[in-house]
Amino acid sequence: MEEEHNKVTLHGVLNSTFTKRVEFALKVKGIPYEFVVENLTNKSPLLLKYNPVHKKVPVLVHNAKPICESLIILEYIDEAWKNGAKLLPKDSYIRAQVRFWISYIQQQMFEAMTLVVSTDGETQEKAIKELYEKFEVLEKGMKDLFPNGTFDGKNVGFLDIIMCSVFGPYKVQEQVLGIKVIDQERNPIIFSWVTALNELPLVKEITPPHEELVAVLQTFRNFSLNLAMLDHLIAIKVCVLCSSC
Amino acid sequence: MASSSEKVKVLGFWVSPFVRRVEWALKLKGVDYEYIEEDIFNKSSLLLKLNPVRQKVPVLVHDLKVVAESYVILEYIDEIWKQNSLLPLDPYQRAMARFWAKFAEEKVFETAWNALCSGGEEKEKALKIAIESLEILEGEAKKIQNFFGGDRIGYLDIAMGWIGYWLPVWEQVGCMSILDPLKFPATSAWAKRFISHPLIKHNLPPREEMLVYFDKRSKELSSISQGWIKV
Repeated sequence: MEEEHNKVTLHGVLNSTFTKRVEFALKVKGIPYEFVVENLTNKSPLLLKYNPVHKKVPVLVHNAKPICESLIILEYIDEAWKNGAKLLPKDSYIRAQVRFWISYIQQQMFEAMTLVVSTDGETQEKAIKELYEKFEVLEKGMKDLFPNGTFDGKNVGFLDIIMCSVFGPYKVQEQVLGIKVIDQERNPIIFSWVTALNELPLVKEITPPHEELVAVLQTFRNFSLNLAMLDHLIAIKVCVLCSSC
Repeated sequence: MASSSEKVKVLGFWVSPFVRRVEWALKLKGVDYEYIEEDIFNKSSLLLKLNPVRQKVPVLVHDLKVVAESYVILEYIDEIWKQNSLLPLDPYQRAMARFWAKFAEEKVFETAWNALCSGGEEKEKALKIAIESLEILEGEAKKIQNFFGGDRIGYLDIAMGWIGYWLPVWEQVGCMSILDPLKFPATSAWAKRFISHPLIKHNLPPREEMLVYFDKRSKELSSISQGWIKV
């Protein structure tokens, strides 16, 4: 039946940056979809069937075929739905620059932020310094690539979606970490970019309440710090055992 | 006609599999280019000017436009030069090619490299993931007759091409067994076909020099290792 054949289902969780970016893309393109909330501590047989390799969300199912990995899903969405808003620029060279910066935000900056969230003490201080350096690099990169401004207030693209999903909740990150993440004076272009994205009705629609995100991030931070302490304790225990032989 | 090789330049490092991906793609498309060797341990002002953000190779220069990151370059090459497409036309097949390329990069390439540059428990942990991931890839390799791109070499073949040539060198240097042809007959057969392809086999670094290089490099990195090493 044609309806079933064109059906779009998104399997995800509510507080994940990765699921959120796919939702954002689907809404920007005006693609109707069904959202299936997955329980990651008790994964559904359907999720395991659709993503047997990674067993993760998000998974987009279109025409009964699953697509996994958020960045790959976004490229797919842009290519499969040719009408309407384009997520990537038409010009191949600008596309390449956008892909480069998406990779930078996703790999360099997201990982730097994860390190800041999951560590403390000297390790965290070093991680914060590196994160700030990367923000400076991004600030300059955006200034060079988009001399007329990164975001015009209405045409959302791939790069906007990724930036919004990683650093849109910067106030949540600032509250949990007790540090400035996006400083208006140091990074004016990034600050006004993220502020403008967060003002979009679409973004407000898919963003959970601030307190909820704070609780999720705090839980992740506590868990990571306890894990690190556990590794440290195991290491000490091993040393003690060895030295007693 | 103005020489097209003046319009396309590739900044590279002789032993880098990332750089070879770009060269293979250009050769498959029949695009002439000028190759510029870069000493990544003594970075030139040219590299720092062309790729100030990551300061890495490969870098593609096309008509003064600069593109960095091997996968970004592959997509750019495929869009600019439309002959002999690297990615399939169908969006779902494109997504699958990108998915498996990412999987192979993260779960086989990075783990095999980490296994080479570490020891003890870290090495064992990395080897286990690399081998388990190859088991998954073997399932995909069983589905193909010739190449992942069909009758022609495609994006996924290029992405995974290092398996047929760099991996055996790493196995020898690191005294490891990862791509066992008895355990992974389909992947091994594909890797052999890929490396033997006329456009590929004449564009590989010399094996003996690779052994020397990776032996030295892996020892250097092992001595400063603290957990996973990013390639």
